[in-house]
Amino acid sequence: MLFKAFLIKYGEIGIKGRNRYLFEDALVRQIQFALREAEGKFTVSKEQGRIYVEAEGEYDYEETITALKRVFGIVGICPVVQIEDRGFEDLAEQVIAYIKQVYPDSQQTFKVHARRARKNFPMDSMTINSEIGARILDAFPKMRVDVHHPQINIFIEVRKKIHIYSQIISGSGGMPVGTNGKAMLLLSGGIDSPVAGWMIAKRGVQIEAVYFHAPPYTSERAKQKVIDLASLVAKYAGPIKLHIINFTDIQLYIYDQCPHEELTIIMRRYMMRIAEQIARESGALGLITGESIGQVASQTMQSLYATNEVCTMPVFRPVIGFDKLEIIDLALKINTYETSIQPFEDCCTIFVAKHPVTKPSLKVIQKSEEKLKEKMEEMVERAVSDREIVVCKYT
Amino acid sequence: MDVYLDNSATTKVLDSVKDLMVETFVSDYGNPSSMHQKGMDAENYIKDARNIIAKLLKAEEKEIIFTSGGTESNNLALIGAALANQRAGKHLITSCIEHPSVRNVMKYLEENGFCVTYLSVDKNGMVDLKMLTEAIREDTILVSIMYVNNEIGTVEPIEEIANRIKQKNPKILFHVDAIQAFGKYRIYPKRIGIDLLSVSGHKIHGPKGSGFLYIRSGVKIRPILLGGGQQKGIRSGTENVAAIAGLGQAAKEAYQNFEQKIERLYQLKERFVKGIEKIEGTYIHGFSERCSAPHIVSVGFLGVRSEVLLHALEEKGIFVSAGSACSSNKTAESITLKGIKAAKEYLDSTLRFSFSVFTTEEEIDYCLSVLQELLVVLRRYARK
Repeated sequence: MLFKAFLIKYGEIGIKGRNRYLFEDALVRQIQFALREAEGKFTVSKEQGRIYVEAEGEYDYEETITALKRVFGIVGICPVVQIEDRGFEDLAEQVIAYIKQVYPDSQQTFKVHARRARKNFPMDSMTINSEIGARILDAFPKMRVDVHHPQINIFIEVRKKIHIYSQIISGSGGMPVGTNGKAMLLLSGGIDSPVAGWMIAKRGVQIEAVYFHAPPYTSERAKQKVIDLASLVAKYAGPIKLHIINFTDIQLYIYDQCPHEELTIIMRRYMMRIAEQIARESGALGLITGESIGQVASQTMQSLYATNEVCTMPVFRPVIGFDKLEIIDLALKINTYETSIQPFEDCCTIFVAKHPVTKPSLKVIQKSEEKLKEKMEEMVERAVSDREIVVCKYT
Repeated sequence: MDVYLDNSATTKVLDSVKDLMVETFVSDYGNPSSMHQKGMDAENYIKDARNIIAKLLKAEEKEIIFTSGGTESNNLALIGAALANQRAGKHLITSCIEHPSVRNVMKYLEENGFCVTYLSVDKNGMVDLKMLTEAIREDTILVSIMYVNNEIGTVEPIEEIANRIKQKNPKILFHVDAIQAFGKYRIYPKRIGIDLLSVSGHKIHGPKGSGFLYIRSGVKIRPILLGGGQQKGIRSGTENVAAIAGLGQAAKEAYQNFEQKIERLYQLKERFVKGIEKIEGTYIHGFSERCSAPHIVSVGFLGVRSEVLLHALEEKGIFVSAGSACSSNKTAESITLKGIKAAKEYLDSTLRFSFSVFTTEEEIDYCLSVLQELLVVLRRYARK
């Protein structure tokens, strides 16, 4: 393999002032974590505002790129050729060999960007630019210089070794996980919530998740599906602590006490309350849901208003403005779709009324809940304290 | 307490079966085709199994071909016979309540130029014999009917079907899917007029991945797996010695003290049926008398979704099946229940209870009392 190292470009976190090292260190950790998925041994190092991934010996190029593309915070991945400094003549030959291999048709417009980080190299950056440019023109008659809009940018960085690179493979962007606090994801097993979790994780947020299990109405397989989904998101977001709440008693109690068409809304209000309580215990500062306006009865503006009302924490709904197809596209991209569409019933649908309220009035809902309050407090307490916790890792 | 009442899905492997299989893993692990002693030692297990099965069927040893199970046996029988005999005609007949491993093969053959007639069944799942007689054409080459229905336990009139086919045209091949019947009935293919018979090992306390196809000598079959020419070229591939040995042992045990075992199964079934009949809002699909299989009872429960009841039973340690377990990963509607035109309110409210030699009266009584208890609660919280 021509390339033995990768230069990692990270746009946004470069501008974080005095906290910068925190972001960089987090990114290095995340890269190290992701590279466990790729065959090969790697060292990840931070030097002079750059992060380098270097392969020690043989490694799998495709797997490495795939792993790096998953890391939030990486804007671009540049495969780098590293050569020993054996003087300018050798450098020029190596650059020409590089172009021959990477651009076999050799007819693009180009620009050379030299950077002399090690100042004892005998030429300065400008001289390297023009001298190397001249050698390229000699070697490849069909190539032309274009300093404004070149088709290829050839970067030459003189460090301990000399680095040559020109390709930039785009990464996922975002910020390294763990740099922006923690939030609690309500994970249902559907298509939307894993995508919502992924989107918030992309902004550097550490994710925990809560799932409402309602045996015997929902099956062990439905629960396994949610564990599988959390594990798939964990591929990007790192290990996810999944809190599994047994929700059956609460659900049946609502069924007994409240008008049937309000069941879903009241149920969702209790889910939010429970999620917030667990979030508080875990030190999370926000909730995440996969809601999208108007998608189902419980996601109309009025319903969202009614469910939101029980929360004091901010509720993040990253797919709120997305159409179903847009969400599916993302689910396909992050590889959760196939798992999400397995047909197991989740607890939101088991008792759903044929005609649930779509425009619930907060006052009416609050009044219905009055009847529940006395017994419910204890039921919620029990559900929270008896919860099962599974740490979901990508394996 | 684990109460396993899903023996039509699969069964527990017998200790004697397991022990024999372990031998083939740790001592007699040779390739039965190898020329040396190790190969011969392995081959002997296959010979023994073939000998046991041939005797049980009153067949010749060369008529037994080992496969990877029921699905492969059905595939080999149908595709193999259809391809080998297509010059005589391209018309096939089957019933509308066959297992997917027959039904989907028939669909595949339809896509490949064959024509298939699907016989209807009555409310108990019995094949319409008049329709069968009328369906037989000049170019009919094969009829495939299951012996015991896997979902409701109905026993088809196999002998009568064979007679009707052979009266019309003795050249028509008769395939019987006996996967739920082998070990529960004494089956003598030649005496009845069966040309092809599919059997699976894991339904009779043998290992998964084992099975055989009986092919009456003289019947032309084109192989569907090509390779090293094992089993006379009909089923290439190194024989799965462990599975074959296990299958042979399981078959042998199934027919030891046979009458007592079957009598005991019927008594268990009758005990269960009696209990079910006392519970309100239940319905038994097909026959509950001794004309049906001794080990299968299919019950509809009004106002309860089968999946919920299944999981509620599971919480009490009772394992049963909704519809047919081989295909129940999907929320597929039951082929058989549709075929017998079961009332709509039972389509999604039916469970299958299936027994084995390990089932006890205590387990049956426990299951009945749990059912009674659960139904009260589950019916209260119905979807409105």
